[in-house]
Amino acid sequence: MVRFENVGMRYGMGPEVLHDVTFEINAGEFRYLVGPSGAGKTSLLRLMYLAHRPSRGLISMFGADVMLARRQELMDLRRGIGVVFQDYRLLAHLSALDNVALPLRVAGAKESQVQEHVSELLAWVGLADHIHALPESLSGGQKQRVAIARAVITRPRLLLADEPTGNLDEALGQRLLRLFEELNRIGTTVVIATHNQNMVARNPHPVMTLGSGELRVDPPIGKAS
Amino acid sequence: MARRVPAVVPLGRDAPSRFLPWIFALMVYLAVLALTGVLILHAAVERWQRGEVDTLTVQLMPLDGESEAARLVKLQDLLGEVEGVSDVHVVAQSETIDLIERWLGAGNVPADLPLPRLIDVAIAPGFGLDAESLAFRLQASMPGVSVDDAKLWLDRLADLGRSLELLAIAVVVLIGLAAVATVIFTTRMGISIHRNVIELLHLIGARDSYVAAQFQRQAMLLGLRGGVLGIVFAVATLYGLRHVAGRLETPLAPDIPVAHWAWGLLVAVPVATALIAMVTARLTALRELAKMP
Repeated sequence: MVRFENVGMRYGMGPEVLHDVTFEINAGEFRYLVGPSGAGKTSLLRLMYLAHRPSRGLISMFGADVMLARRQELMDLRRGIGVVFQDYRLLAHLSALDNVALPLRVAGAKESQVQEHVSELLAWVGLADHIHALPESLSGGQKQRVAIARAVITRPRLLLADEPTGNLDEALGQRLLRLFEELNRIGTTVVIATHNQNMVARNPHPVMTLGSGELRVDPPIGKAS
Repeated sequence: MARRVPAVVPLGRDAPSRFLPWIFALMVYLAVLALTGVLILHAAVERWQRGEVDTLTVQLMPLDGESEAARLVKLQDLLGEVEGVSDVHVVAQSETIDLIERWLGAGNVPADLPLPRLIDVAIAPGFGLDAESLAFRLQASMPGVSVDDAKLWLDRLADLGRSLELLAIAVVVLIGLAAVATVIFTTRMGISIHRNVIELLHLIGARDSYVAAQFQRQAMLLGLRGGVLGIVFAVATLYGLRHVAGRLETPLAPDIPVAHWAWGLLVAVPVATALIAMVTARLTALRELAKMP
């Protein structure tokens, strides 16, 4: 599903922030991406959600060569990817409901279905009373839940989450992780970048460790459970 | 009741959304007036060229020793025999003096000033009478006769009318180009202001056409809003002008177009403005979005 081969990445003319990154994630896997701050976790995720092209190497997503994909093909590939951004990236002028509804509307879903599905999901993440609230009136944890709901509303093939439980209490963090595991059970491939060692220990899955722009996969590729 | 889906890109809150309708209103107002000018001039030029106002003025200069009355009767008879002449009217001498007094002042026309007798000759509609050959024929029969041909200056007037017509068309085209330039500028500005929103939309799989649709819808709404405003002011102005023009009692005065198709054409201007704005916004947005990663 996701294959990186000797991938390097740099921002503009700056130094390379990722070097020779090679890994493969098969459909249905659940992985953690860990590493210290500045190791390149967010950069690696940016490559995975196709916000950035690599400076070298090969990236294949859902069987398509990203380097050869045309612009419109990238948009189609992105529809299969749900992303929870570290800074949430909610649209300030839209309510929680409209933020979560965005991927569905972009995909051309019927409005009646949009309202129903989004309301259900927001209720599930504990925001039933904040459906029409604007992001500015939500706490950090509530915004994070809206961001998570937006990422999973379309049941993406690949779910990427950058510190998705960073602002949540332990109980809610566990609940959302169960949501990710549930999505994983029904076929969504999940990659979570996190600092939270407790979460990694409590919910064991294969770990990819980034250090100084280089990647180590544990357990080795092909042996992930 | 279905809940209204909010605009994904909040273009309605940008400064251009506040001033653009007024700019469109001004453009539509000017375009409608210019277009009306084109229609009026076109109709007038056609009318002048058709010769609908064909009239000739024949002058009979006084000759020593000859009876003016007898010469007038003879001239009327001669004119009556000319094919195409529909009416012959001898202008009273007092009217001629009135005309001169406008220049010299009342009572300043000397009694011994030799004044010609004027005869208005009406030509049947659509009948092309050659003034030069008429003058030749009349002068062969009667000395002291001359013919003033209105056709010559009407032709010059028609040339002027055609030039003004082209100028008015150029003005309409320039207004259209200005509208296009304004939409291009505001669309680019909108993309620049909302780059973060657009990037996010791209990341969740929105195609350029989806994002461009946000801009084209907004441009069309602003174009329509401004267009309606502009046409209301323009129609009010035209009715005012029509009222003023109606008080002019001259066959040369052009008519404000009243034909249904003419009004339809004018009302189409705001619709065309909205369409131009929409298409321009879409094409500009697509071109700008293609530059984004």
